[in-house]
Amino acid sequence: MRENLHRFFRAARGVGVHVSPAESIDAMRAVAKVGISDRAVLRDALLLTLAKSQDEKLALGDCFDLFFSQPEPRQDQPEAASDGDAGKGEDQPPSSGSASEAGEGQPAEGLGPLAQMLLSQDRNAVAAAIASASGAASLSDIRYSTQRGIFSSRILDAMGLQRLRDDLDQLTAANPALAERLRAALDALREAVRETVSQGLALYAREEAENLRNEILRNAPLARIERRQVAEMRALIRQIARRLRERYSKPRKRQRRGHLDVRRTLRRNAAWGGVPFLTAWKRKHRDRPKIVALCDVSGSVAQVSDFFLLLIHSLHEVVDGVRSFAFSSHLIEVSDILEAKSPEEAMAEIMSKVGFGSSDYGSSLGDFEKDFMGALTPQTTVIVLGDARSNNLDPRADILRRISERSKRLVWLNPEGRLAWGFGDSEMPRYGTFCTVVRQCATAQQLERAVSDIVATYQ
Amino acid sequence: MADQKASTSIEAVESGLAAQGYIASRQIATAVYLSQQIEKPILVEGPAGVGKTELAKAIAAWRGMKMIRLQCYEGLDEAKALYEWKYAKQLLYTQILKDKLGEVLGGAQTLHAALDQLHDFGDVFFSKEFVEPRPLLQALEQPGGCVLLIDEIDKSDAEFESLLLEILSDFQVTIPELGTVSAITPPTVILTSNSERDLGDALKRRCLHLHIGFPEQRLEERIVESRVPGISQTLRRQMVGFIHEIRSLDLKKLPSVSESIDWARVLVLLQATELDTEIVKDTLNVLLKYEADIEAAAPQVTTFIAKAARSNVFG
Repeated sequence: MRENLHRFFRAARGVGVHVSPAESIDAMRAVAKVGISDRAVLRDALLLTLAKSQDEKLALGDCFDLFFSQPEPRQDQPEAASDGDAGKGEDQPPSSGSASEAGEGQPAEGLGPLAQMLLSQDRNAVAAAIASASGAASLSDIRYSTQRGIFSSRILDAMGLQRLRDDLDQLTAANPALAERLRAALDALREAVRETVSQGLALYAREEAENLRNEILRNAPLARIERRQVAEMRALIRQIARRLRERYSKPRKRQRRGHLDVRRTLRRNAAWGGVPFLTAWKRKHRDRPKIVALCDVSGSVAQVSDFFLLLIHSLHEVVDGVRSFAFSSHLIEVSDILEAKSPEEAMAEIMSKVGFGSSDYGSSLGDFEKDFMGALTPQTTVIVLGDARSNNLDPRADILRRISERSKRLVWLNPEGRLAWGFGDSEMPRYGTFCTVVRQCATAQQLERAVSDIVATYQ
Repeated sequence: MADQKASTSIEAVESGLAAQGYIASRQIATAVYLSQQIEKPILVEGPAGVGKTELAKAIAAWRGMKMIRLQCYEGLDEAKALYEWKYAKQLLYTQILKDKLGEVLGGAQTLHAALDQLHDFGDVFFSKEFVEPRPLLQALEQPGGCVLLIDEIDKSDAEFESLLLEILSDFQVTIPELGTVSAITPPTVILTSNSERDLGDALKRRCLHLHIGFPEQRLEERIVESRVPGISQTLRRQMVGFIHEIRSLDLKKLPSVSESIDWARVLVLLQATELDTEIVKDTLNVLLKYEADIEAAAPQVTTFIAKAARSNVFG
């Protein structure tokens, strides 16, 4: 059972329930207490110890049902099923012995155990044999759908397919009718094994497949995401944003008053002989995070700006004091839109207001200097998200210099590779001289790292 | 063999709680049983009024233990939840003892000796005598164990959660000046949450996670039966069926078990024997707490009564 539970934990991870070693120990202890005979109670116990939310409970419940719909590998007859080479024909397992009499009274001497089992048509025995053979073939290691064939044949081998083939050859000459029946039974067996493997794949491979897909997506260039992947990518970015939020978010309200400041209290009350009429309290000081984000939403970065906006949106959720601006040929403040609306609505509104134009960094920076320069303080981090392609218009790098001088840090995240900087109408080298950090930011992973670094400096 | 004993124990929990008027589903009983067996707190989530707090009360009553309740709210801190120094008492004692200071230091010849003697007294003021135990510390100090209810943990701040971690995993707290206070008998801890905010993983990992939703029809009938004994069987079936229909509507606040019980009491008071449109419309405000909800439900009343009556034919 212990082995079985471990396999179940692996399956549980597959459906997205986080099972840490500590939790698996708890689950083991719980199972030891409630026992395994009552499946409903076992289900409750596992759900109570492993799942940490209602969603996880539902997923885990389904997983449990799927997992335990497979018969357990039986301990009492693995030999009969797994080694088909030994001469087990004489000491027949009781099940096949009794059933072969029922099965049309055909003689079954000299046949391997698998052949006997199949001919006896004892469905329970076959199911148990498949289960224990899949244990022997460690079906729980299956990861990818391409491994289906290999696991099927491994399971069949473990059940004694070799011996069955010999038996078949022998029977075809001796007893064609029986051979025919055996062949039909073998086909049915193959199908059953295939089904078992598919089920195993559904149980154990989900996690890996998802991880792999996410890993690929994470490293895929945002600008070249195919249309069908966009939804997945959004989900991934949302996941990143959620992780950032979990890692960095602080409660909005905080008590400003801390502990009694003994030193100041004593000093303040020295006049009354140390009797504390007036109390002094320690105050908690905290830097107010200030981030100003400038996001390019022009046509040339249209693919990427979607994701940029999504991330800025999550930035608004994570830290206080973020002001966001979007621009292509001119610049507007979008903080209110991002604060008030859901990501999709906000993005749609921003794109309809300033999106898809041809970019003019010079005039956009001019807009910023004209209206919002006062937002910058020596504590501000300015993030610019854009490709720095200004359509050969005046880049106004001088404004960027003034922005840089007024703020603490100026971070430029560029979706283009370093190789492209400075070629064509890219003004990146000129802008770069005034930036504290310039980073390539073309994949979800780079985006996550960059934002995580920025947010982390405020914690 | 072990399973046999275990399953009867879960039943024992079920019947023990039932004796206190708390009809527990099998999941709830399993959770309570497990929390005792592997000494883990239970985190109970679910909509308001399904009996999360009642569960703690029922356990306490069943096992004859004291219940200590800590109501969480925003800004709750260790001074209110765990312990606080009795500042006033400390000050008062300092004043009283001022005169004694001379006697204490009388024997000392040098300043150094006097300081040494003072050091011996320094810790007196930060001793057990001057600690004011708040609910959490009280719970640890109960010699016979107790049921500790930490109500609406989701209303507290995230920092408060971290404060709880030590208690939840090891049943002990560390007071810097005194050292570690361990529980004499580990309390049975029930935390409740309405999911107003997501709780931290560290907290969740330390608890059994129990979700109490709206009960199934049969279970709810039994709950009503145990709480409102005077109600007739037909009426009980009809009203529970009706409430289940109401819950399928998209309302601001769905009626929960506590509302069912209230309604049953009202119906008994009005000496109703079965539901009819008139009486339901008159008492709908017991079930639904928002004017908009009542307006939304009112036109459906007749159909729901009919549906509830129909389903009872087969139930």
